[in-house]
Amino acid sequence: MSKQLERWGFVLLATLVALIFTSFVLVLAGASPVAAYWYILKGSLGSWTKISDVMVAWVPLLLATAGLLVTFAAGQWNIGVEGQIVLGAIFTTWVMRSLQHTNTPAAIVLILAFIAGAFGGAIWSAFAGILKVYGGVNEIFGGLGLDFVAVALILWLIFGPWKRPGIGSMSGTEPFPHRLWLPTIHGTRLSLWALAIGLVSIGVVYFLLTGTYFGLKLKAVGRNPKAAYLMGIPTTKYLMGAFIISGIFAGLAGAVQVTAVYHRLIPAISSGYGWLGLMVSMLINFQAAWAAPVTFFFAALNIGSIQLPIMLKLDSSLSGVLQGALVLSFLLLEGARRRWVKRREEAKNE
Amino acid sequence: MKIELRNIHKFFGPVHANNNITLSIPSGSIQGLLGENGAGKSTLMKILSGYLRPDRGEILLDGKPLVLNSPADAIRAGIGMLHQDPLDFPPMKVLDNFMMGYPRGLGLPKREAREALLSLAEQFGFSLDPDAYVDTLTIGERQQLEILRLLWLGAKILIFDEPTTGISAQQKEKLFAALRRLASEGKTIIFVTHKLEEVEVLCDRVAVLRAGKLVGEAYPPYNLDDLVRMMFGKVISKGKRIEIPLGKPVLQVKDLAVEDYRLRIEGVNLEVREGEVIGLAGMEGSGQRHLLRACAGLIRPVGGEIWVDGENMTGKTYHSFLRKGVAYLPADRMKEGLVPGLTLSEHFALAQEQTGFVIDRAAVLKRTEEHIKRFNIRGRPDSTVESLSGGNQQRALLALLRPNLRLILMEHPTRGLDMESAIWVWNTLKERCRQRTAIFFMSSDLEEILHYSDRILVFFGGRVSEPLDARTTTVEQLGQLIGGRGFESQPEAAREVAK
Repeated sequence: MSKQLERWGFVLLATLVALIFTSFVLVLAGASPVAAYWYILKGSLGSWTKISDVMVAWVPLLLATAGLLVTFAAGQWNIGVEGQIVLGAIFTTWVMRSLQHTNTPAAIVLILAFIAGAFGGAIWSAFAGILKVYGGVNEIFGGLGLDFVAVALILWLIFGPWKRPGIGSMSGTEPFPHRLWLPTIHGTRLSLWALAIGLVSIGVVYFLLTGTYFGLKLKAVGRNPKAAYLMGIPTTKYLMGAFIISGIFAGLAGAVQVTAVYHRLIPAISSGYGWLGLMVSMLINFQAAWAAPVTFFFAALNIGSIQLPIMLKLDSSLSGVLQGALVLSFLLLEGARRRWVKRREEAKNE
Repeated sequence: MKIELRNIHKFFGPVHANNNITLSIPSGSIQGLLGENGAGKSTLMKILSGYLRPDRGEILLDGKPLVLNSPADAIRAGIGMLHQDPLDFPPMKVLDNFMMGYPRGLGLPKREAREALLSLAEQFGFSLDPDAYVDTLTIGERQQLEILRLLWLGAKILIFDEPTTGISAQQKEKLFAALRRLASEGKTIIFVTHKLEEVEVLCDRVAVLRAGKLVGEAYPPYNLDDLVRMMFGKVISKGKRIEIPLGKPVLQVKDLAVEDYRLRIEGVNLEVREGEVIGLAGMEGSGQRHLLRACAGLIRPVGGEIWVDGENMTGKTYHSFLRKGVAYLPADRMKEGLVPGLTLSEHFALAQEQTGFVIDRAAVLKRTEEHIKRFNIRGRPDSTVESLSGGNQQRALLALLRPNLRLILMEHPTRGLDMESAIWVWNTLKERCRQRTAIFFMSSDLEEILHYSDRILVFFGGRVSEPLDARTTTVEQLGQLIGGRGFESQPEAAREVAK
């Protein structure tokens, strides 16, 4: 039997395990698993509008994952990605608000807004990097702390300086004028520009990590910083570089959310895409080649599960259960597979 | 207790690491196990200590068959192993380490353990502070701790895997005395080594492994030539000294002082010339490593100057030294030298002068294949470095060194290598000397230092001797200096400018 076939067998098995687990949860909740999966499928791929909605969710998830793959290559757990998305959104909103009532052409405003978003994500990520590289603060703690600060910042802006005329509310800031909305395909919420940014980004990251000296050195730093330093690689620069690049992509995700999806700043602007990106990265074993299809699948689950409260009176967080179950069963079965392969090879030699 | 190993087989993938080994060891004896790297010694001992399971064959203890599923099983059966690298817990205290693996109950018998530790230590003449942290101990002391721990756990068979690597001459004496004593008390000692002289002074009997097979056994008085023939299949010697004419100065060290929290070396003056080899001798932790690291820019000196090729490099970073053609080869290959998870060709891509942004895979592959062939590395371009054996990792590290270096600084260049590999390593290094590279290395192998150096510096407790001419120095003289004799009479010697 070919090894390829065996690998796919395991993928199938892991998916099955996750489905069985989720079905069990559904039965406990008193719902029919078959119906739930059917509605998720129909709600995500049932029509062109639905597919375009999936793509709308796909883009920020793809961007967050692209960024995370860079920090993972450098051996860093960039938990601060959520905060970086938020800061990207804040910086984007700031540029949009400053320029929305001027005569600046919409294209220029949007370009500046995206640059600002990337910049915002990058500096927030750089903070985590500085804490780690120069302060010795584990990036997980630093990033988590910065996530909380980012949430506090966005709430303060929405209910304070940037509140709607009258009273601030959870529905966010005043929407931007229509001319500053990133153009979408007619009749859908999908912007081809945003889609292009997402796809180009993952392509860039794939190329960076697999084809360039930069990516190779980043991997060396991630796996053995001491040896990398002795080989002449400036390790602190590369670590900082990884954080900044990762932050740029997270910031772009925030910019997309503001300019193409919500057209304003809302408290939940990151929509948890950062956390989801971390899950995807683990699921694909940090291989950039798999990022696009798997993020698409996760986005489809998110969109499809919106049907659940409507049709089955279930909470839409069920998609999260399925996603989490998938990641865990993959990790579990991958560990089991390695042991199995090892044992089989030993047995073969006897 | 009497141990019998019967027809032991062990495979690792295609490698037949132990091939039908049958050996019986009587109690109360010191059994040597001799063989070059990769002969299968460690594998056999890991099987006996429950760390690995044999693919075939059986172990008998006092005639009864024994099945070991884990090291804990082995300990219960009275078999304890000291691994090549101490498997202890450096951030914890000596006493805590001592109690590690204590099998009974939930509560820790602290007082009982402390008393046991102190009395055992006294019996063997070890001085171990129960409240010291293990990371402040030398390798030798950590070994002593491990011996006591295993004895306390009731080990009656003790396996030592290359225990003299990285410990000082005095610690070695103490270790050997302890081993003799344990044997006289009826314990069985298995002593794994690739050093003939250790077999000669210590072992009551010796078994020789080669390429996974037991090729012979011998008893004292040993015929060393026979042992070498058994180990390698042929007689080898280090060969004649290689003399290389020296060129202009590469490295100048002027009144250098380096310190850390426990040691200060000062007043080091030295000039190293093209093609010259300087050996640093001394007990582990006497300051050799500090001097080497300072000369690479890895530690900042607290006084004095370092010049490379006529440029003052004092206080510059390692990367500036690297640009001047100074390279550093650490002793711990997997921790500091190579990147686990990356392949050989990825290492060669990293090591070469970077041209452009995108990796030219075909060119890198070609280079890698060339180096694999030239440096006789047993591995493929897509082998990850951790899958290589220690000797091949060292070959890879040497192959990764850039061409046209000015100065190579090395910690233990041949540590853990068998004689043939070591000779090969030095031939490559001498080849570099011919191309006017200077070499500065530390080693605990005195023969190596005497045979390959032009001049020798001896370190003792942070003091540095006058450079000695390697041609006229004997092992005995060197040994005395390392032990501190001769330093009192010439305290200012190190300050003299050596030419």
